[in-house]
Amino acid sequence: MKRTASRQLQYVLTTALAWSLALLIFFPILWMMLTAFKTESQAYQLSLFFMPTLESFHEVFSRSDYVSFAANSIAISGGVTVLSLLIAIPAAYSMAFFPTNKTQKILLWMMSTKMMPSVGVLLPVYLLWKNIGLLDTVSGLIIIYTLINLPIAVWMTYTYFCEVPKEILEASRIDGASTWQEVCYLLLPMSLPGLASTALLLLILSWNEAFWSINLSSANAAPLTVFIASYSSPEGLFWAKLSAASLLAVAPIMVLGWLTQKQLVRGLTFGAVK
Amino acid sequence: MASVTLRNISKRYGDSPEVMRDIQLDIADGEFVVFVGPSGCGKSTLLRMIAGLEDISGGDMYIGDERVNDIPPAKRGIAMVFQSYALYPHMSLYDNMAFGLKLAGKSKPEIDAAVQKAAKILHIDHLLDRKPKALSGGQRQRVAIGRAITREPKVFLFDEPLSNLDAALRVKMRLEFSRLHQDLKTTMIYVTHDQVEAMTLADKIVVLSAGRVEQVGSPQTLYHHPANRFVAGFIGSPKMNFIDGVVVSANAQHVTVQISHGGVQTVCVDGSTLQPGSKVTLGVRPEYLRRDDSQPTVHGRVSTVESLGDFSYLYAESDSASEPLICRMPDGEHAANGSLAGFSIPPHHCHLFREDGLALPRTQAITQAVAPAH
Repeated sequence: MKRTASRQLQYVLTTALAWSLALLIFFPILWMMLTAFKTESQAYQLSLFFMPTLESFHEVFSRSDYVSFAANSIAISGGVTVLSLLIAIPAAYSMAFFPTNKTQKILLWMMSTKMMPSVGVLLPVYLLWKNIGLLDTVSGLIIIYTLINLPIAVWMTYTYFCEVPKEILEASRIDGASTWQEVCYLLLPMSLPGLASTALLLLILSWNEAFWSINLSSANAAPLTVFIASYSSPEGLFWAKLSAASLLAVAPIMVLGWLTQKQLVRGLTFGAVK
Repeated sequence: MASVTLRNISKRYGDSPEVMRDIQLDIADGEFVVFVGPSGCGKSTLLRMIAGLEDISGGDMYIGDERVNDIPPAKRGIAMVFQSYALYPHMSLYDNMAFGLKLAGKSKPEIDAAVQKAAKILHIDHLLDRKPKALSGGQRQRVAIGRAITREPKVFLFDEPLSNLDAALRVKMRLEFSRLHQDLKTTMIYVTHDQVEAMTLADKIVVLSAGRVEQVGSPQTLYHHPANRFVAGFIGSPKMNFIDGVVVSANAQHVTVQISHGGVQTVCVDGSTLQPGSKVTLGVRPEYLRRDDSQPTVHGRVSTVESLGDFSYLYAESDSASEPLICRMPDGEHAANGSLAGFSIPPHHCHLFREDGLALPRTQAITQAVAPAH
């Protein structure tokens, strides 16, 4: 009896802890969502009770061209996802199925580039992009995002490919499959769940990337992160409008993340848990 | 249908020393050949070299009359069955078996006929719509064999195909391999570490050790005339007894050996190359070692008796041998643990190995004496 009671208490406590942590993490997003529906003066009040209004959204839409920013975001994150996978799949294929004694070192080196602060290479990249005419272009942003996310893409794809038994590909080679057929008919269908997770992660990462988009784009190629940033500038901070703009920017990717969270979690923990 | 010929085949990885060297092998058309050896002896590597999955570092390999060293696996006219089955998990059994034919650009009716035929041979024609995960181990193995059959290869390659199955199913599938070979009459090369599989299936066994061919021959030849101590110890279960001794006298008909800590034993082998005083090892299989307390040549202290129903194995610690002596006793004979036991060895059932491990040729009398046993 005593044991069941203590177990129940433990259950209640852990549940409470999990909920509080989740709420703590979610709180800024919740607050942003609430503020987006307030007026500028209400935005400074901490009250949870107010009359919701779409005033800020109207103003945001009239002041800037949301659709063009959103279109850029879609083009950039879609482009990055496709391009990264196009490069990562052959790279991971050769590393997973034809490893050399340097393969592990190359993988580690690729990941180590993620440790470098982006601002460290801002100046050379900026000048390079300016000189070859990539500044403020969608393709310029696709290239830099792809370069940034490629280590993650290769690493993840490599992990999924390593789970595919080598004999299956050998069997297909005996059956007469060319490398191309081997990848298209066997490897890709067999690692589809993993590749889908990688694609989702790439989509989310490039949608949310702000540092490079703010520095390398201004009007033509600016995605939604630049759109948000434009509301935190010269005239001072207007919380309600900033929140409305932010909500508009993150809503699509949040919905996507929500719908695909099972796949995403499964993909990210794949290989880690047997 | 084709023969397989290996000439001076060697294998090395990168700059490291050769792991296989100077392999010479002739496999006749339609023969069932089994590669056998302990783990890491190179038997799977050799099979994979025949398949084209491993590069050949040196030498020439022929399938039929064609030199295949630089020909990709699909064009060698071979089919391979893997230990892990290696079925395509996202395809139905039908597609698994049809995959190779589709890639080869065969027409639909041709593919269908080939798949249905193979499925009938293997009794899996009612399962063709299923995915591999819905099958048992034995059924998966059949699909893997079916996939090989549909390709109508000149040579079948099997890489430890029964290792993942339970004991009962293994016996059943072993018989099916035999039947398959009789039906198809195609050259088959089969890798296993299980010497029972090797003995029962093979027309010819190739014993490998540490990247070298130790002996090639029929199961009977390997059992009764092992070329060296390694083959003698590897073929046969439980393994052959090895007893230390020193040559007393030797001629072309027989050798007399003083067994260490034992009596004097005559062995019917050609000892013309031996000198009195040289060290030798006597070999005798458990079924030929006799309990004999009247005129024993070897003694031992009984440590265990394993009863297998119609017969039992007696294990005895002896000063004459580094490992316990094993003696097969008929049902009804008993021995108490810890008791002293004497053994004698029939001269014509005894093998003799020189200090370098090579077997001395057994004389005519032995072959005749052995003949009635099989």
